Amino acid sequence: MAPISAHAVLIVAAILFVLGLAGVLTRKNIIFMLISIEIMLNAAGLAFIAAGSRWQQPDGQIMYLFILAMAAAEVSVALAMVLQIHHQHKTLDVEDLRELKD
Amino acid sequence: MPILFYLSSAVAIIATIMVITRYHPIHALLYLVVSFLAIAMVFLSLGAPFAAALEVIVYAGAIMVLFIFVVMMLNLGKETAAQEKDWLRPAVWIGPGILTLVLLMEMSILLLAPPQRNVAIAVVTPRQVALSLYGEYIIAVELIGFLLTTGIVGAAHIGKQKKKSLHRFLQA
Repeated sequence: MAPISAHAVLIVAAILFVLGLAGVLTRKNIIFMLISIEIMLNAAGLAFIAAGSRWQQPDGQIMYLFILAMAAAEVSVALAMVLQIHHQHKTLDVEDLRELKD
Repeated sequence: MPILFYLSSAVAIIATIMVITRYHPIHALLYLVVSFLAIAMVFLSLGAPFAAALEVIVYAGAIMVLFIFVVMMLNLGKETAAQEKDWLRPAVWIGPGILTLVLLMEMSILLLAPPQRNVAIAVVTPRQVALSLYGEYIIAVELIGFLLTTGIVGAAHIGKQKKKSLHRFLQA
């Protein structure tokens, strides 16, 4: 089988991470910001998988498992907070949520 | 196989671009499912079948279901899409777009400078992963169990709708 360049995989991971970062920076809706954070976490997992298959070790997949569990915990807490914010403020605009600042 | 890898990573990148440019939340989520499935194919082509299965089950399954339920509960529809369209003007995205593009170019230059190495595709089986996971990484498995438990308890606590209860003297 013809091999894949390890750098190509890392560049794909970097492109996905940068797309997620641009999503977090440009969007004002909390749901879209959470989606972009998921994209970034997934890109980090892709880099771990690439490293694991570069050295033929299971450690990359294990780190991917941990990222997966962390993403699941994070998204459940964050979506509960989104529900609560929508219940109290009737909006999902991050610029309206500045009670801590005032 | 390289052709599988290049094709599915192109699909993943295009689907992710569609995710961050959609106005309607459900359209973005459906494109995100496509992106996750394409990344699962990338994992498969890199010789990580266990990670590919987990990507489909946990990311494209469980996490997406959570997102879609929240979008349904909040009843985000056409108004949200119109509001997003109003918010997402070129003046808003051009600055972050240029900055992140500069970061990507720096990263690509750093990655392309050293000599290229190839990924020899040999499958790392679920058996190897499991032996390592419950051997040398057992402490980390327990810690991630704590994290998931606190995540469940925290989500249940935060998501609880509190009834406003007044003292009986204050009730009208």
